[in-house]
Amino acid sequence: MEIIALITGFALILVGLYGILSKRNIIKIIVGFSLFDTGLHVLIVTVGYIKGGTAPILDSVVGTTDVASKIVDPVPQALVLTAIVIGLGVTSLMLAYALKMYQAKKSLDISDFKDMKW
Amino acid sequence: MIRNFFIIAILAGLAAVFVSLFWNFGDSEVLTPLATHYATNGAAEVGAPNLVTSIVVTYRGFDTLGEVTILFLVASIVSFFLKREKLQPETTPKRETSEIILTAAKLLVPIVMVLGIYVFINGHLTPGGGFQGGAIIATAFVLLLMANPDFKINHKIIATVESVSGIAFVLIGVFGILLAGGFLDNKVLPLGTFGKIFSAGAIPLIYSFVGLKVGSELSNILSNLQGIQKEEM
Repeated sequence: MEIIALITGFALILVGLYGILSKRNIIKIIVGFSLFDTGLHVLIVTVGYIKGGTAPILDSVVGTTDVASKIVDPVPQALVLTAIVIGLGVTSLMLAYALKMYQAKKSLDISDFKDMKW
Repeated sequence: MIRNFFIIAILAGLAAVFVSLFWNFGDSEVLTPLATHYATNGAAEVGAPNLVTSIVVTYRGFDTLGEVTILFLVASIVSFFLKREKLQPETTPKRETSEIILTAAKLLVPIVMVLGIYVFINGHLTPGGGFQGGAIIATAFVLLLMANPDFKINHKIIATVESVSGIAFVLIGVFGILLAGGFLDNKVLPLGTFGKIFSAGAIPLIYSFVGLKVGSELSNILSNLQGIQKEEM
């Protein structure tokens, strides 16, 4: 189980980084950032996996006694919840900037924006 | 050419790091000491069956306050950047919205809203919570905007809901200092019966305010991104 999650996470990060580095369209670069983000989230949740553990919810299956031996680590899941929200904020900001850049030069090609390049 | 070579070199280097990480990855058999504390004492200290919620809202409530603040900051920056300077009348005639979307929107929007409210009120019992519920509420607004592109979300209502829930979140935190153990302590309200909807102290209240705040902020971002499409691009 954790092997699949690890491979997915690493693959998503590599695909996202490839998109960020090689694409010229700004929207595609933003998609690359989102993929990178998702891969990191998958990896962080995987790190908290405990062999044979179940979801950290104290329902009738887990009970309230001897919980620590039955559940997976809830801390990485809470951190990923935060990270997903921040990732959403960053993505919407990038999209807003992309809109503004398109309005300024009528182009979404990253090589048309060389004003700040040194 | 050189650029492609550099890209491949960077990716190959990162892939090599990942492969070595992959081979050295060992499953954990036991929880970390911190997680063990949360797991054994979470039910007694916080009273929420969903341990992720008790970590997000109570043990690390300050983080969540910061997270909500960041989301607020993003919403304000997006509305600042995409503010409509000139509203010229529509020039190009628009195609009618398809009847499927219109009917689906009429049927689904109330149901999706109720689902979102359910998800954030039950955040301490089931998987879910304020952020997830808020996102579900925002999808209802997406459906509304798709069905009727001229639909204007009332910014007065959104701003009121957002500021009231934000202030209420901080006020509950301050009451925690005065009446309980510290900032954002959930014991300002009685813990109640474990596993019931009105339990876990202030967690359902805090998560409802977070849900309303996130829902209104996301709807605000969406309506800004949608509104700018009307300007000639």
